[in-house]
Amino acid sequence: MATTYEIIDKATAGSGGVSSVTFSSIPQTYTDLKIVVSARQGSGGTDIKLTFNGSSTSYSNKRLFGTGSTAASDSANTTYVSNTMTDDSDFTANTFGNGEFYIPNYRVSGIAKSVSVDGVTENNATLALSMLTAGLWSVTDAITSITISAQIPNFVQHSSFYLYGIKNS
Amino acid sequence: MTKPTKLIINCETKEQIEVELTDEEIAQLEADRAKAEADKAVKKAEDVAKAEAKAELLDRLGITAEEAKLLLS
Repeated sequence: MATTYEIIDKATAGSGGVSSVTFSSIPQTYTDLKIVVSARQGSGGTDIKLTFNGSSTSYSNKRLFGTGSTAASDSANTTYVSNTMTDDSDFTANTFGNGEFYIPNYRVSGIAKSVSVDGVTENNATLALSMLTAGLWSVTDAITSITISAQIPNFVQHSSFYLYGIKNS
Repeated sequence: MTKPTKLIINCETKEQIEVELTDEEIAQLEADRAKAEADKAVKKAEDVAKAEAKAELLDRLGITAEEAKLLLS
């Protein structure tokens, strides 16, 4: 049976934390990409930001989310694809949020790149959050690098990021 | 004081390097931090105001939150 799901690379934040993680020189040999994240931010920030090829233009987001008490949605044209999937310092100590980004057809030139994102925060309190994002990068270049950034100020130690390549055969 | 860093992974060579942010990147980070904290404070104030308005209305009507839910179901 063909191996269709392979880890390309991984990263873990060290003791000082990191503000962003960039996977560069991504092999152009898979059909889709998937990024799996487990992360916590230093203070005040729970959103995680994804950008491609160093670009900060042409992104849009449709986000659907639920907390312990309400459900809502929002929509924005921004400089990144975003989802709330990391805990911050207000959340239960030592808990990490987690989520996945799925990027189909990342190396196909001539089509805009869609991203589906599924994330949750973890909190032993009323406020916790689950969010789905339909993200779009309206640029038709192949994706060769991906940057995952903290909202503020950084991802704390032990935050981890895994990049997988998926083939359709 | 140690500057914040970013991690860059080359998927071809498997090399991982941690580099310090530039002054421009740090300034952007600070601006993002200020905006996020301001947004958070506004949201918190809105939630408190909403909860207070709801409690005041229930009080005026002389019913509990559960009774209000029952009325609307």
